[in-house]
Amino acid sequence: MSAYESSELEAIKNLKQIAREEQILPGTAICGGCGGLEALRLAAKVLGEKTVFVNAAGCFTLLAVFPYTPLKGSWLYTNMASASAGAQGVRDALDVLIEKGKLTRDEDVNVVVVAGDGSTYDMGLSSTSAAIFRELDFWYFCYDNESYGNTGVQMSSATPYGARTSTSAVTPASREGTEHGKKNLFEIWRAHRPPYVATVSARYPVDLTNKFLKAKTLKGPKLFIAHAPCPTGWLYDPEQTLSYSRLAVDTGIFALKEAVNGDVTHTVLPKRHRPVEEYLAGQGRYRHLFEPERNERALALIQEQVDRYWEAVSQ
Amino acid sequence: MTRQLLTGNAAAAWGARLADVDYIPAFPITPQTEIVELLSRWVAERDLGGRFVTFDSEHSMLTAAGAAAATGARVFTATSSQGLLYGFEMLYTIAGWRVPLVLVNVSRGLSSPITLEADHNDVLAARDSGFVQIHTETCQEVLDSVLMAYRLAESDDIKLPVIVNLDGFTLSFTREPVDVPEPERVREFLPSYEPNHAFIRGDQPMAQGTAVLGGFAYSYFRYQLHLAQRHALEVIELQAKEFEGLFGRSYGLVESFQMDDAEYVLVMSNAFATKGKAAVQRLRDRGVKAGLVRLRVLRPFPSEAIAASLAGRKAVAVVDQNLSPGIGGITFQEVASALYGANDRPALVSVVGGLGGKNISDPELESIFKDLERAASGDSVPSPRLLYTRAEKVSMDKLLSIAGKEGSS
Repeated sequence: MSAYESSELEAIKNLKQIAREEQILPGTAICGGCGGLEALRLAAKVLGEKTVFVNAAGCFTLLAVFPYTPLKGSWLYTNMASASAGAQGVRDALDVLIEKGKLTRDEDVNVVVVAGDGSTYDMGLSSTSAAIFRELDFWYFCYDNESYGNTGVQMSSATPYGARTSTSAVTPASREGTEHGKKNLFEIWRAHRPPYVATVSARYPVDLTNKFLKAKTLKGPKLFIAHAPCPTGWLYDPEQTLSYSRLAVDTGIFALKEAVNGDVTHTVLPKRHRPVEEYLAGQGRYRHLFEPERNERALALIQEQVDRYWEAVSQ
Repeated sequence: MTRQLLTGNAAAAWGARLADVDYIPAFPITPQTEIVELLSRWVAERDLGGRFVTFDSEHSMLTAAGAAAATGARVFTATSSQGLLYGFEMLYTIAGWRVPLVLVNVSRGLSSPITLEADHNDVLAARDSGFVQIHTETCQEVLDSVLMAYRLAESDDIKLPVIVNLDGFTLSFTREPVDVPEPERVREFLPSYEPNHAFIRGDQPMAQGTAVLGGFAYSYFRYQLHLAQRHALEVIELQAKEFEGLFGRSYGLVESFQMDDAEYVLVMSNAFATKGKAAVQRLRDRGVKAGLVRLRVLRPFPSEAIAASLAGRKAVAVVDQNLSPGIGGITFQEVASALYGANDRPALVSVVGGLGGKNISDPELESIFKDLERAASGDSVPSPRLLYTRAEKVSMDKLLSIAGKEGSS
């Protein structure tokens, strides 16, 4: 059972109200300091034990390696391109079996896609678009570590401008590494008008928990983008994961927000954003923007993009 | 029981309806579309319980089909050709999940060039996936095979998905009289599905489709898949006998036609086997001891049954309606391998024809028997022989001429 009974779906106010019971136990093959796993750990506390995680190929495929699973709930690894279709198959089958009396409502589960940004932003987009279109009653948790992390940090369409990956090298001809900006997945999802879209950060656990609690009351597609600092790919010390989680929000690079039936609200609004350089400077993937000489043009562009975003928000 | 005139596609849909399937994920593709159109209408009219859902691609469709089967539902889906290949990785995945999905493939030649009519390169591309493959000749056999496919797939000692194949156009759009059994009788043969190994339930959490690390673990599961396939040879025959007891129609791993004293034998599969049988009959009328073996179950491959049917004959031609460029006919290789260890091996000839639905004419079939007589007497014959008639060459030359390419053929 989830620690959050339906009578308790009111928003929490502090950390102490987060359920103590874990749904994802320690002892996985996931890298130390994985920001995505921390976000999923918090989400799973709200989802509870009666959950099936429908997984797309990526880092988290290594959560369940035969015969082990750290999950109290169920798991189904599908493929890279259509975990959302897998979720549809599971949800439909559960509904039909319940309708036919072959399964009791008590045996029902939350159906949750767990996928990285490579699957989510790239090859899985068609099947997710279709699932949202069909108003599938499911959850989608994207741990966005901004690269194809599990294969050794190659560029995905979630990789931000200026980040170095193993397929967007920094050379004299390409000083920024990644030349394009991230796809705006939040807006792509929101354009489908699902009941709920949100961004979450493990460093803002109360905000994260409240978003999952709110989504629990809504039927239909409930979609989450989790900021997932990745020490292995972003090249920083694993103990700094939550610092980067926090800096991403405090610099305004990662906006914490939600869209309920399409209406957007920013849920964490720092009074004044810190300069983006504070977030970028310590990460190895951005080192070329600072050394051997500062790439003023690129740094200014990143700052401008963030400023422009927040100007539009305040209008 | 009612007797109806049904197309091959309608017979496949009736099979799913009589199996009382829970779930039908769908995506349209010619020549399969009629199957899902019919099922969609029956679900909408509540003639069929369960749920019909259309997907964004065959890859998604097959993922949903496998996932629903892994949840514990009885699932049916259908596709053709490019669709089968678009969802291809899921065939291997679903077989590895050991879930009892039944998939009807309506054979159609593969791109490129893009085309519409039947050959078996699509379904044979899936021969190593772990799916059982049943290839059908008649509309009745399509319906019956869908029912037998579920019975096999859901057997505790099998737990394998099954492809039932029928030919696009030649069978999918051909109406034949079909006995449609009463649902109560079908229930005797095929009780409702009670999953005991693959399911998703809140009170019994389970991890499915988990990764394995290391070849020793991977090999274990792949060998299990192979052993279940080999065991299916026995189970298919037992269940076919039970089916015959209830419905009076008999199906084997292979079908023997005029084989008792046959000296010259065609090996064929699917709808064109009917033309092969007619040719055998004509040759019999002329005193030639002709016969035909129809490959029905392609996976597991019934090597022993095939060797037993063919050993001791004078000569055998394997007619492949498929082409593996660089070697020739696919089933020829498999039949030859089945015969390798047999005593008294016949002379073997490989023939390729019927690609993209191209006809195999009566004179062509008869000319194959002439090749067989030559091969039996030790003369060399071209193998693989690529069937192409003079009239077809004239038609092709005309197209080439219009395209301004004359002289290049």
